[in-house]
Amino acid sequence: MAGPTAQFPENLQYTAEHEWIDIVDPQSPATVGITATAVEALGDIVYLELPEVGATIGAGTVVGEVESTKSVSELYSPVSGTVVEVNQAVIDDPAIVNSSPYTDGWLFRVTVEATGDLLSAEEYAAVTG
Amino acid sequence: MTTDPTDPTDRQGPLHDEHLALGASLTGFGGWLMPLRYTSDLAEHRAVREAAGLFDLSHMGEIEVSGPQAAAALDHALVGNLSAVAPGRARYTMLCAEDGSVLDDLVVYRLAEDRFLVVANAGNAALVARELVARAAAFDAVVADQGEQTALIAVQGPRAEEIVVALVDPADGADATTVREMRYYASSAVSFEVAGERVDALVARTGYTGEDGFELFVPVGVAPLLWRTLLAGGAPLGLTPAGLAARDSLRLEAGMPLYGHELDTTTTPFEAGLGRVVKLDKVSDDGTPVPFVGRDALAARKVSPPSRVLVGLRATGRRPARAGYGVVLPEAGGPARRVGTVTSGAPSPSLGYPIAMAYVSPELSAEGTELGVDVRGRVEPVVVVPLPFYRRPQQS
Repeated sequence: MAGPTAQFPENLQYTAEHEWIDIVDPQSPATVGITATAVEALGDIVYLELPEVGATIGAGTVVGEVESTKSVSELYSPVSGTVVEVNQAVIDDPAIVNSSPYTDGWLFRVTVEATGDLLSAEEYAAVTG
Repeated sequence: MTTDPTDPTDRQGPLHDEHLALGASLTGFGGWLMPLRYTSDLAEHRAVREAAGLFDLSHMGEIEVSGPQAAAALDHALVGNLSAVAPGRARYTMLCAEDGSVLDDLVVYRLAEDRFLVVANAGNAALVARELVARAAAFDAVVADQGEQTALIAVQGPRAEEIVVALVDPADGADATTVREMRYYASSAVSFEVAGERVDALVARTGYTGEDGFELFVPVGVAPLLWRTLLAGGAPLGLTPAGLAARDSLRLEAGMPLYGHELDTTTTPFEAGLGRVVKLDKVSDDGTPVPFVGRDALAARKVSPPSRVLVGLRATGRRPARAGYGVVLPEAGGPARRVGTVTSGAPSPSLGYPIAMAYVSPELSAEGTELGVDVRGRVEPVVVVPLPFYRRPQQS
């Protein structure tokens, strides 16, 4: 992708597949979304398929999909755990993910039983070039 | 999530700096680095449907064929009857191989009795130029590849006429009338006044969006100034720069084929529902049939039942089919049977539901036939619908 280099929030951790996860405290559910880089590559997001509340998901496995007008990408879970909440607002209006990928555009919350290969903001910035 | 890197060998067109200045996301297409989107695919798509979009199409190939036998050479080289096209008019046609397969789909503009402009897809431009040179060799005609010198800018949408007319040299009232009264698939030389300079353009009322609109062929040197002047003048009317993503969703809604998707070297015009472009009965000046390249194969294909037919599909769910996905026939008590392949698919911005074009078995091509598409392992229900998906409202 050409375009301006995105700035990635330092408090988040990232996957090489362009998800972010906010683990505030390992005992509490973490919040997962997709990065500005992913959003820029996809274009306007028009449909999201997210895991069900109560689903057990594994780190690095496909747990949903993100459809834009131009393409579709699979959504990978950054951690293993149980889904405790999905963001109904983005299901109803996927454009929120385009406008606010790190805040209102979060996708789901999951308990953290084990983490996958997570990257710091700096490491992720290196991956995305 | 994955992202596609661009290819470092992609060429930059004459408007590259304009795209960078507008903050475009760039993508490789047909060997060129082109704007995929400026801000939002959906906003750019809507601008074309509701006001107007500005497209850089400088990646397209322009090949001029001129000389006393230019028309006869094109009648031999292409499947259409180009000698029947009046000067100032244009025709959608195809370059086929001897076996009848499609090497490219083209728009050919007859500029004068002895001069034609052949517009080819970017990825096929070199092949088309080579084939035209070879096929015109026995004729008194000259084939000249003008792609390097020519920029192509399109203004598409219901406000396009106003925007283009505003650029006509005010000293030339005749040219303004020419633009206003130009018919669909017509073209004319028009002089614009761009920042005080006179710019001679070939203006055609053609496009690839399903809307009214114009395509402006100009020398590459004046293209950036023309682009900026169009944008400045058109912005108050809603003119929005639009990238290839919007162009693709617009043409898909309009049911227009894209080479490499609906058309390729495994396809003849008949499977694509475009058999009407093949003029088997065209004759030369002395009344004898023209043995054009691919004629025998296409004549045989016309009378034999096709093995597959291009159809439109409308999804009843929300997950869009994408190019390459399998079309299946859901069968009670058994696994779904593969009956076709999706060639293009997207969520339709104008219609609000997923649409696709696909090749399917002829017995399953009737309107209303209920089929499925294997969308990454899960079958989504679709129904066969007529093309185009979208037709612009007729002007009152």
